Amino acid sequence: MKASNSLWRERPLESPLPDLVREIEIYETEIELRKQGRMDEKLFAETRLRRGAYGQRYDNGQRWNGKETQILPFPSSSTDLTKGPNTVWDAPGMERIKVPFGGMNPEQLEVMAELAEEYADGIAHVTTRQDFQLHFVHIEDTPALMRRLAAVGITTREACGNSVRNVTACPFSGVCSTESFDVTPYAKGLAFFLLGHPDVQDFGRKFKVAFSGCKDEACGLVNMHDMGVIAAKRIVDGVEKRGFELYIGGGLGTVPHQAKLFTDFLPEEELLPTSQAISRVFAKLGEKKNRNRARIKFLIAQLGIEEFKRLVLEERATLPYDPRWTEYLAEIHATDETPLRPSQPLVDSPRTESFQRWYKTNILHQRQAGYVTATIALPLGDITADQLRSLADIARRFTKGTVRTTVDQNIVLRWVSEGDLPEVHAALEAIGLGAPGAGTIVDVTSCPGTDTCKLGISASRGLASELRQRLAEKSHTMDEAVQNLHIKVSGCFNSCGQHHLADLGFYGVSRHSGNYTVPHFQVVLGGDWTHNGGSYGLAVGAIPAKRIPIVVERLTGRYVAERQKSESFQAFIQRVGKAEIKNMMNDLTSIPSHDVDPTIYTDWGDSREFTIGDIGVGECAGEVVSHAEFGLAAAERKVFEAQLALDQNSYQQAGELAYASMLQAAKTLVEEQFYDVPNEPDRIVEEFRTRFYDTKLFWDQYAGGKFGHYFLRAHEKVNEPYTSDEAHRRVEEAQLVIEAAHACYGKLLAAKSTLNVLPGKSQ
Amino acid sequence: MNVQHINFKLFIEDPQSVNLAEYYAVFNTWIQQQVLDELLVDVADYLQVHHGPGMLLIGHEADYSLDNRAGRLGLLYNRKKQLEGTTQEKLAQAARATLTVAKLLEKEKGLQFNTREIQVLINDRLLVPNTTESFVALEPELRAFFDRFYGGTKYELSYKTDPRERFTVEIKAATRFDVETLLKTVSLETAHV
Repeated sequence: MKASNSLWRERPLESPLPDLVREIEIYETEIELRKQGRMDEKLFAETRLRRGAYGQRYDNGQRWNGKETQILPFPSSSTDLTKGPNTVWDAPGMERIKVPFGGMNPEQLEVMAELAEEYADGIAHVTTRQDFQLHFVHIEDTPALMRRLAAVGITTREACGNSVRNVTACPFSGVCSTESFDVTPYAKGLAFFLLGHPDVQDFGRKFKVAFSGCKDEACGLVNMHDMGVIAAKRIVDGVEKRGFELYIGGGLGTVPHQAKLFTDFLPEEELLPTSQAISRVFAKLGEKKNRNRARIKFLIAQLGIEEFKRLVLEERATLPYDPRWTEYLAEIHATDETPLRPSQPLVDSPRTESFQRWYKTNILHQRQAGYVTATIALPLGDITADQLRSLADIARRFTKGTVRTTVDQNIVLRWVSEGDLPEVHAALEAIGLGAPGAGTIVDVTSCPGTDTCKLGISASRGLASELRQRLAEKSHTMDEAVQNLHIKVSGCFNSCGQHHLADLGFYGVSRHSGNYTVPHFQVVLGGDWTHNGGSYGLAVGAIPAKRIPIVVERLTGRYVAERQKSESFQAFIQRVGKAEIKNMMNDLTSIPSHDVDPTIYTDWGDSREFTIGDIGVGECAGEVVSHAEFGLAAAERKVFEAQLALDQNSYQQAGELAYASMLQAAKTLVEEQFYDVPNEPDRIVEEFRTRFYDTKLFWDQYAGGKFGHYFLRAHEKVNEPYTSDEAHRRVEEAQLVIEAAHACYGKLLAAKSTLNVLPGKSQ
Repeated sequence: MNVQHINFKLFIEDPQSVNLAEYYAVFNTWIQQQVLDELLVDVADYLQVHHGPGMLLIGHEADYSLDNRAGRLGLLYNRKKQLEGTTQEKLAQAARATLTVAKLLEKEKGLQFNTREIQVLINDRLLVPNTTESFVALEPELRAFFDRFYGGTKYELSYKTDPRERFTVEIKAATRFDVETLLKTVSLETAHV
């Protein structure tokens, strides 16, 4: 844990996103409450997840060392302090950092470098959803880390947990020749509209949104998202209107679903309110108990898209008006980018072989003549702090700092003048980032797998690294049809490596042999990466992990030898047939005894004898914590802050905070019956009085209406100054009111379970 | 100045002969056998990254890595947990921890360390910013430590000024000492402070 954490807290923080500052302060208080045992571990787990602070492998304090499961005696183990169920406080974790639409600037790259060095292991990792991740981070370092990110306009809020995750978008938006229009401002607008929105706080599972500028390319992967948005134009009354094709209910995971068309044209001004209405329907009707069926794809499968659409439109019609729905459209060009350097053609002079190979695979011509994007292929999505700083310099030198992360775990430099490419390549080569092969078979995508993920079964990164190395050696002599294939690897069936969408996909499984467990990968063939992830591949059989390179060799070899004129890999697999493919791999499935070949009992890049004993409970699903539980926790946090103010003799502040905590508790209860109660104290009090005080729902069995009366009286005296005595009394009363609110919420839950109906979230 | 999170890097002789992939097993065995007097947690492999952290032994109090930053392979000690005591004590602790592991690597894998050259780095930009002021403030502490560390042998101390980098000082001594000797020196040093 860093010695400078308290200094970062004391330092004034100016952020382009001012709400984040308060949000981080709240999180810090929650950490303190948890350390004092005043916040339940499940609630803390969900609240940290909603700040991107995720669990990591071995955070249950145990690790398989190749011979036995070893206890890791973290200092906090002796105090039973946890970050969540079975999650040791001091065990290192992962911090996920949201990068909406993948957009970054050089200052942000530099801060990412600093954080990787000071809080993690020196590596920043680009994910398959355009986020960054830092690993081996201590939970108590996370607020300082978040402050430093907030200073450059980055948030980790809702990067994990049951919330709206990073809003992704095609990294070529705005410069691509196949797009209808630039989706960047819409992706940004939606990301910040939904960030922390009350209507997205009560989901049973996560919700992922992706934007694409066109339908046919792969870059947005819209079809595999909970909500996919594709730019579309339509002529209305002779005027060209912008809008979107909207898809709902896609997803990979164990059971992949293709998204369903919600509408073929959603006018741009309807994007935000419709998304809000969709969120409300998902929050209201989505599964909450069975985590395996809680994604929106299951709700749509259950209701049918037409009924879902009807419910959304009904909800949309009753939404209270929000000016933010369209305000951002007035600044639709605020995200537009321009070049730094004049457009110049590439001079026709002799080039090195490495430049030519890089130019062929990593360069895309922009629709703006003379400009290109240069894709930087990151090995397994990893980049060092030094590389990040140098990349910031390169982005400043050749562009106006226009950088985006991609779902292939790469980074794209945009608006590079084509004439500058030799210099750009030389600069990238000098820092080890000039490798060719972006978007080719060499550019293998992988989730973290057993390296750091609690759910990992097999070493996806180990396999990806091995394949990458083997394929890179012969990539320039490969048949072009093979070069253009995609390989994606997941450590388990949860598909974070997006294996369903690859030509050759692999996901981790295990098989038993005698007294041993053997790492395997299930082979998934024929996914369609293009058309926004147009179709999913099918599993054809599990092969020992160490033999997967042979599988790749055989399949690609046969494809080259037998493919019919311009036949795609998907078509080839379909034509050859699953049975024949299985035959091709039959000899690879047998497992030699441990004495004959012990290496097959270990995984790629891991010397330990293989086990699945390290698999923990994943946090992808978050903890199911209701909207009301969050509301009551917020009330408790406020009363805790009131106590801190009392300790500092700040009586006025203490009294105000105590009142605010009661108001929060009352609002939380009111929202259970009247979800859209305006955030106005008089109105909240009126609704509370009518619904909970007069009806005696809030009354205590022995104390009667006393606690409710405390709140009502506090509201009457809200504008009066607080003396020391009054502030102390108000804080005491607030504590009792919050306790009574908890009890009242218990009564509501009991009534709900008796009636088996949801308390209506309408007036 | 509150000096914490000291990093100490010893460079490896003949780095081309080192196969870093072998060190996953070495570090895993160290976790298994609890060879160090601190909590060792995991091994992280970043061999695919250019001039990166190489192979890391992740610990609770500190990380140890066969680090290839700037293309210079060395053993890097990264102190994570805060320490009580004077700056001299903290420098001695970092040096002792690094040399202890260097000795183990010499013994187990035959690695040779270039002890003439050492890098000391403070992994916290807020506590010790990379400024001339920091250097002026810390130079007497560093000299006092390395005077004893090298037993009076002549050495040079230089400082890098890139404001984006962490505070880093390079020490170059005229004589090469073996790891065992330096470890004895620094152990005595620790006993005295």
